[in-house]
Amino acid sequence: MKLTLNIWRQTDANDAGAMHTYQVDDVSPDMSFLEMLDVLNEDLNAKDEEPIAFDSDCREGICGMCSLMINGEPHGPEVTTTCQLHMRSFKDGDTITIEPWRASAFPVLKDLCVDRSAFDRIIQAGGYISVNTGSAPEAHSVPVPRDDAMRAFNVATCIGCGACVAACPNGSASLFMGAKITHLGELPQGQPERDSRVTNMVAQHDHEGFGGCTNIGECAAACPKEIPLDVISQLNKDLRTAIKHGH
Amino acid sequence: MTDMPDTTLTPDPSHVAEGHPSSDDAAGYYTPGTPLTDTKAPGGPIADRWQTRKFEARLVNPANRRKLDVIIVGTGLAGASAAATMGEAGYNVKSFCYQDSPRRAHSIAAQGGINAAKNYKEDGDSAHRLFYDTVKGGDYRSRESNVYRLAEVSVNIIDQCVAQGVPFAREYGGLLDNRSFGGVQVSRTFYARGQTGQQLLIGAYQALERQVAAGTVETFTRHEMLELIVVDDGDGPRARGIIVRDMVTGEIETHLADVVVLASGGYGNVFFLSTNAMGCNVTAAWRAHRKGAYMANPCYTQIHPTCIPVTGSHQSKLTLMSESLRNDGRIWVPKKKEDCDKDPRSIAEEDRDYFLERIYPSFGNLVPRDIASRAAKYMCDEGRGVGPEVDGVRRGVYLDFQDAIARLGKEGVEEKYDNLLDMYERITGENPYEVPMRIYPAVHYVMGGLWVDYDLQSTIPGLFVTGEANFSDHGANRLGASALMQGLADGYFVLPHTIRDYLADAPFEKIPEDHPAVVEAKQAVTERIEHFLTVNGTRSVDSYHRELGNIMWEYCGMERTEDGLKKAIDLIRSLKDDFYRNVKVLGTADSLNQSLEKAGRVADFFELGELMCIDALNRRESCGGHFRAESQTEDGEALRHDDQFAYVAAWEFAGEKPVLHKEELTYTAIEMKQRSYK
Amino acid sequence: MAIQNSGPTLVQGARATQSTIFLKILMAASGAVFIAFVLLHMYGNLKAFNGHDAYNEYAEHLRELGTPMLPHSGALWIIRAVLILSLVVHVYCAATLWKRAKKARTVRYQVKKHTGAIFASRMMRWGGVTLLLFIIWHLLNFTIGKVNVTGGATNDPYNLVVDSFSTWWLTVIYLVAMAMLGAHLHHGIWSATQTLGLTNSDRTRKLAKNSAFTLAVVIAGGFSLVPIFVLAGVINK
Repeated sequence: MKLTLNIWRQTDANDAGAMHTYQVDDVSPDMSFLEMLDVLNEDLNAKDEEPIAFDSDCREGICGMCSLMINGEPHGPEVTTTCQLHMRSFKDGDTITIEPWRASAFPVLKDLCVDRSAFDRIIQAGGYISVNTGSAPEAHSVPVPRDDAMRAFNVATCIGCGACVAACPNGSASLFMGAKITHLGELPQGQPERDSRVTNMVAQHDHEGFGGCTNIGECAAACPKEIPLDVISQLNKDLRTAIKHGH
Repeated sequence: MTDMPDTTLTPDPSHVAEGHPSSDDAAGYYTPGTPLTDTKAPGGPIADRWQTRKFEARLVNPANRRKLDVIIVGTGLAGASAAATMGEAGYNVKSFCYQDSPRRAHSIAAQGGINAAKNYKEDGDSAHRLFYDTVKGGDYRSRESNVYRLAEVSVNIIDQCVAQGVPFAREYGGLLDNRSFGGVQVSRTFYARGQTGQQLLIGAYQALERQVAAGTVETFTRHEMLELIVVDDGDGPRARGIIVRDMVTGEIETHLADVVVLASGGYGNVFFLSTNAMGCNVTAAWRAHRKGAYMANPCYTQIHPTCIPVTGSHQSKLTLMSESLRNDGRIWVPKKKEDCDKDPRSIAEEDRDYFLERIYPSFGNLVPRDIASRAAKYMCDEGRGVGPEVDGVRRGVYLDFQDAIARLGKEGVEEKYDNLLDMYERITGENPYEVPMRIYPAVHYVMGGLWVDYDLQSTIPGLFVTGEANFSDHGANRLGASALMQGLADGYFVLPHTIRDYLADAPFEKIPEDHPAVVEAKQAVTERIEHFLTVNGTRSVDSYHRELGNIMWEYCGMERTEDGLKKAIDLIRSLKDDFYRNVKVLGTADSLNQSLEKAGRVADFFELGELMCIDALNRRESCGGHFRAESQTEDGEALRHDDQFAYVAAWEFAGEKPVLHKEELTYTAIEMKQRSYK
Repeated sequence: MAIQNSGPTLVQGARATQSTIFLKILMAASGAVFIAFVLLHMYGNLKAFNGHDAYNEYAEHLRELGTPMLPHSGALWIIRAVLILSLVVHVYCAATLWKRAKKARTVRYQVKKHTGAIFASRMMRWGGVTLLLFIIWHLLNFTIGKVNVTGGATNDPYNLVVDSFSTWWLTVIYLVAMAMLGAHLHHGIWSATQTLGLTNSDRTRKLAKNSAFTLAVVIAGGFSLVPIFVLAGVINK
């Protein structure tokens, strides 16, 4: 099939950037979206035009490196990552608009690549359980109710891609934070640091320039891992508890 | 022309052995070297060796640790766990990764699980049994002291991960669940649904980020190591730092330290198509190799039979599906070539060839990975493959669930496999409940890597190598659920102990940035980059990578022959020449430039690919993931030659003719046996 | 335009009470006051169906509430104080969060779909502004200014209501405002439960969403009855 692509090009963080239009012919429905861009890049390279920079790594939907706002939806029209989106989700003759994640906390580095290190700093602020190597007790010394373990797992599947931020009209990272708060808060090992964790992570989130959540729900709809909105409720509850405990 | 590979290098005469064996496939391609021994492994009973070494390794005063700089390249399980642990101990750690966050390292993609000899099922498991299974699974080509230690510390890994909050699968009573994996008879695999690697990596990543907050670790994301700095200030060479490129600004940075750790993963991407991530590369390891670190057993490659086939020349990577599919799926191809493009549902039962069941009646579809992979290749080579034609050949065989659906019902199949079948449908657009799935083997893991001693130190003092980047624990073949175990064992529990023996002599003399070794390393990097950007040829980097991958897959893949390997070496050499003369890399050095990044990686893959072929040519036996067509039984089974090849082939870089150092493998705690599955 | 990141520093001495979530909790709590208020208000309005005397008696009773413990109109002024305080808090927090959201995305998407969002949720801010304007008018109309658009008397609450809603355009304004209120409540009630951390599961989330919708329809619908029935002539002097 033939496609028209409107793609954001920006040489570096200081460049204003603009949309550019490209044609791709011979797109196979079996290609992944990123393979389609690979083909475009080969073509651009042959024409002495610099290829379009975009992030990807594992290309099997788990590392969270790929991004892209595709026709106004993070990771495109399916509930999956861009690397697992295939061209059979589009039709011959379609026009596809491709933009980088837009958030002040995710500055564009080049073309479609953004800097998501703000997420790392939110984790640094408290997204962990403090246990030095070698000091762990025997694994079976603390049983974890199966349902708690399941909920922890279900939200721990977050891949940190940033689609929630990209989708959110407020540019909030609440779903990302909520997933980590819920993951660690569901487990007995996560209890001692529960109040300080939520306090510090939320403070870092605000400091990074993410917006506040207004519970609209576009984040959960965009999440390729289907993290549910209730993690944000959990996040709010944990913060409320932290306030009660004087944090 | 600034950076043609130096083919004129001559090996250090003291490394070259006397004489030359005459019946030697690789004769002429290499120079025989002196034998190599691991001087760090303590003697004594195997179960005591690790305790002995931990005791004998010298300590570093806690007050001195923050004065010691440690560089760790890579943030996968082996790198992140090491960086976190070294940070906790109080060292001053710098952690590097090419991804935009340490959490993206490819360990994240491991699905199945992690082995540990906890014996929670009381089914007779023990450290010794895990050791035994691993050595046997590695076809007796791994070092027994290392493997025993791996099995021994495996139990600590689970404790550590649980304490970090890794949400392993649990039973109703709240205790950890285990499953049996990879054909072993005990249930020792801990798992978090099909995302065990992700959960373990996030645990290690969080521990790492905690140390960043504590100020002991500094992370450098989107930074790629391009050269190792080796300095000889009179007391012999030592690894003292690395040259990296900031992949956003293009700045070439020098980072100096007392010790360098490479945890940079495997090199499966030399095949272009593999289950590795797009960015996985050999550059860090290869640069170290060129600076004196030996590369061990580079030809040992693990090929996984149940991957989703290639759909066309646009294919950028391959996706693995769990092997468990073979428990209920039946593998077949049409008997007649003319049926290959038909709808499989319209092919009558008598026109189907269930080739694994036919050739291996007792094991059927459950034959080991390498057998299943090779059989599929033969079918496709015969022209009976299915699926789309890519470069004139259909590369795929059917994996059919119709019988399973008839037996278990659709619900029964769904319950066991729905996430895998959904993933298949997402990628292929075909419903596997209605149309047979198509599968084909793909490169998945490499057992070879930089040679290390028991301390995980390479042949360059001060350069340590952990995880998939080293060669040490898996021999010629890795068992399922053992890669995660090895990465975390190395990073959490082994390296932090062994490295202190080296660091007890540190801090070493400060090196100025204008030290000749630093200047030279930096200049080499800059010149190489400059070269790629000024060739201004006609072909893209990817097109060379793809062609190299095809050569490797064809001649150094599932089945290797003397003629094929020799041909491959010629092809690689000429392709490499062409690459340096005709590659086209646009953009600039001082910006984010993905073509430029790839150019450097592909350049190193050429040299690695050549060495892999030479290693495969030298090893005229079949063992584990290495199958030489010249060495098989009458039934087509792999045939080892313990009398000639029970050694680790450690290659020293010397330009086009590498030097082979052999480390003899001796087994005191286990008896060598020939594999048999019939 | 270059986008500025707030920089790779870690926050020291974080306080939960200085967070955006704390602002949201304040919004939820002040919003809850309004939910209770509009419910009671709506219930009181329905007294209009009981005729002139019942309605005026109810209006007067509000002033007598709490007497003799409190002075005349005492309780009413306490309620008014709480409402004013809630309004200030609600508007302040909303404005602060709005400003933050603006700064959090300075470059807009060329194409943006709103998958997963309901219309009401995307209308909260402008809807809130509209409601604020409406409240000002409403107070001028019935409480502070007591404007009778027909030029009639303003000292009889029942008659003022009937006169006002007999005027078609005023009824239209009120009905539009009630639609805005309904939308604001539809998302606001759900949002408050979520912000207060009461919706930690699939089940409670669905319950909260359904309750929010029901309450919004009941309140906005209940308010709309009187103007509609006045305009239709069912409620008259």
